[in-house]
Amino acid sequence: MNNIGKNYFDIGYMDTLAQGDSWLHQLDPRAKLITTLLFIIAVVSFGKYTIWAFIPFFLYPVFLIAAGGLPGGYLFKKVLLVSPFAILLGIFNPLIDREIILHIGTIGISGGWISFLSVLIRFVLTVIGALLLVALTGFNSVCEALRKLGVPKPFVIQLMFFYRYLFVLTDEAQRMERARALRSFHSGFMKYRTFVSVIGYLLLRTLDRAERIYYAMCCRGFDGQIHRLTSLKSRSRDFSFISVWLILFIVFRIYNIPEALGAWVMGCLG
Amino acid sequence: MHMADALISPAVGATMWTATAGLIAYSSKKIKQAADDRKIPLMGVLGAFIFAAQMINFSIPGTGSSGHLGGGMILAILLGPYAAFLVMASVLIVQALFFGDGGLLALGCNIFNMGFLSCFIAYSLVYRKIVGDKPTQGKIVAGSLAAAIIGLQLGALGVVLETVFSGISELPFRTFLLLMQPIHLAIGIVEGMVTAAVVMFVYQARPEILNAVSSFKPIGRLDLKKVIVGFLLAAIFIGGGLSWFASSHPDGLEWAMFKTSGKAELDSPGQLHTALAAVQDKTAFMPDYGFKNTEAASISEPEVKPVWPAIDLGTSLSGLIGGGLIFLIIFLIGFGFRRREVTT
Repeated sequence: MNNIGKNYFDIGYMDTLAQGDSWLHQLDPRAKLITTLLFIIAVVSFGKYTIWAFIPFFLYPVFLIAAGGLPGGYLFKKVLLVSPFAILLGIFNPLIDREIILHIGTIGISGGWISFLSVLIRFVLTVIGALLLVALTGFNSVCEALRKLGVPKPFVIQLMFFYRYLFVLTDEAQRMERARALRSFHSGFMKYRTFVSVIGYLLLRTLDRAERIYYAMCCRGFDGQIHRLTSLKSRSRDFSFISVWLILFIVFRIYNIPEALGAWVMGCLG
Repeated sequence: MHMADALISPAVGATMWTATAGLIAYSSKKIKQAADDRKIPLMGVLGAFIFAAQMINFSIPGTGSSGHLGGGMILAILLGPYAAFLVMASVLIVQALFFGDGGLLALGCNIFNMGFLSCFIAYSLVYRKIVGDKPTQGKIVAGSLAAAIIGLQLGALGVVLETVFSGISELPFRTFLLLMQPIHLAIGIVEGMVTAAVVMFVYQARPEILNAVSSFKPIGRLDLKKVIVGFLLAAIFIGGGLSWFASSHPDGLEWAMFKTSGKAELDSPGQLHTALAAVQDKTAFMPDYGFKNTEAASISEPEVKPVWPAIDLGTSLSGLIGGGLIFLIIFLIGFGFRRREVTT
């Protein structure tokens, strides 16, 4: 599968995951959106040398993956695939911050390595938090949550259009790329001139398609609104979902549970 | 050049979120005022086009590497700044949610770097100034090339500033700047060439599309002054407010962690002193270093040291043991829920 096919598959698969029927899938999308943001803010608010205090936060992704019946391995692989940028910027920390702040036996570990590790943990937690939101909610419900939370309507409506036509146009781009590859003996990436005309034609087709869609929608009575059959209703369990996690995040943020537990165990052992 | 959540501080993230939210509201208002129903499906479908086009790679002659389209400038040229900004924001939201490119907290930064700076600043101040009301072939090529390069330079500068202000990465400002700007000059030239070529392609095939945009005043004209003033006010307000909060509050939290690590059973004046010392630690970090140290030592109990970076073997070992146990517990909880899910 080429690059386009891979991405196409990914988006479709995430949407399939969102069709699940666990109680997490059925929560109000607003509750999940808010909880995700709280989770990310809590994780990001730690100091740059934090490592151990992050560990309790893994409860959130592990719980959602388990209770939502999601494929943990697939999501984790996805996180690893996007990590290069964080690694690229974080890897300078060990080179620059060389002050030794931790000794394990006779090996000294510099602050840079600690903060690098901290960046990586942050990265895994925040990215998986965002992926879980879509995998449990689905994009259209996220859009609806945004609308209900006060994001302006023109923006949300075009966002829903965008998502709807994402599949159509990715499919079209994939077909054009495949046709090009077959006619040029699979010769790797396309040449610049070919690229320009492929993109140009794709753009012209897109503009025509937009026109057709618009007329078709006008025929069906489009008045600038998108109506949905079901409307969002918050129930008490949506509020309790947010509050339980909020309390947990605050506790995890304030108390360094791993160190306290470790100290207690070491105390018991002598 | 997506900023990642892992590299930004909450203050920077929140500031950029507020600014971006304001810009989205403002642009949406402008679109609504233009009262052009046609534009909304067009925006959505063009967003999907950009998304699909970004996946097509081409080989950059003479380098052996490949490049792809960024697309902000093409959108601005086809749709005008407001609509293009909203479409770029949508593309970035989908990338963040489905691929984890940049995170949710960094979304504000990314929309600002790649949407605002190219659609508003580079398009309005560079492309429009060069192309004017009567596009010609030469003007379009020069305009898109210059605007794409300047847009990417500004975006790269944005990434540098946001990273440095966040202070998670150790890269000093100068080094990072010298690293990012030349790389993005190269990317900008490629982007500019592709943008110019694609816009020319459309211009030759269907000139009326571009003419329609450039004569479309209500959305084409931009009240940049209002936008920038609003943005600055938001940034100062949020940034100032949050950094005050950030400089006093986390120290309270660090102090709390300190307390739970089981070392200091302090009475209340002691706690106050520790908290104050911690505040001082944060607020006076560069100058009169010696003074700060002596001050902290004199007001705090002997065992009260600054929490970071003062890990000794004891706490790091307990962290390791405790962390491992917690990990185990979390996965057991996970398995517990998984099993129940299956049996019911």
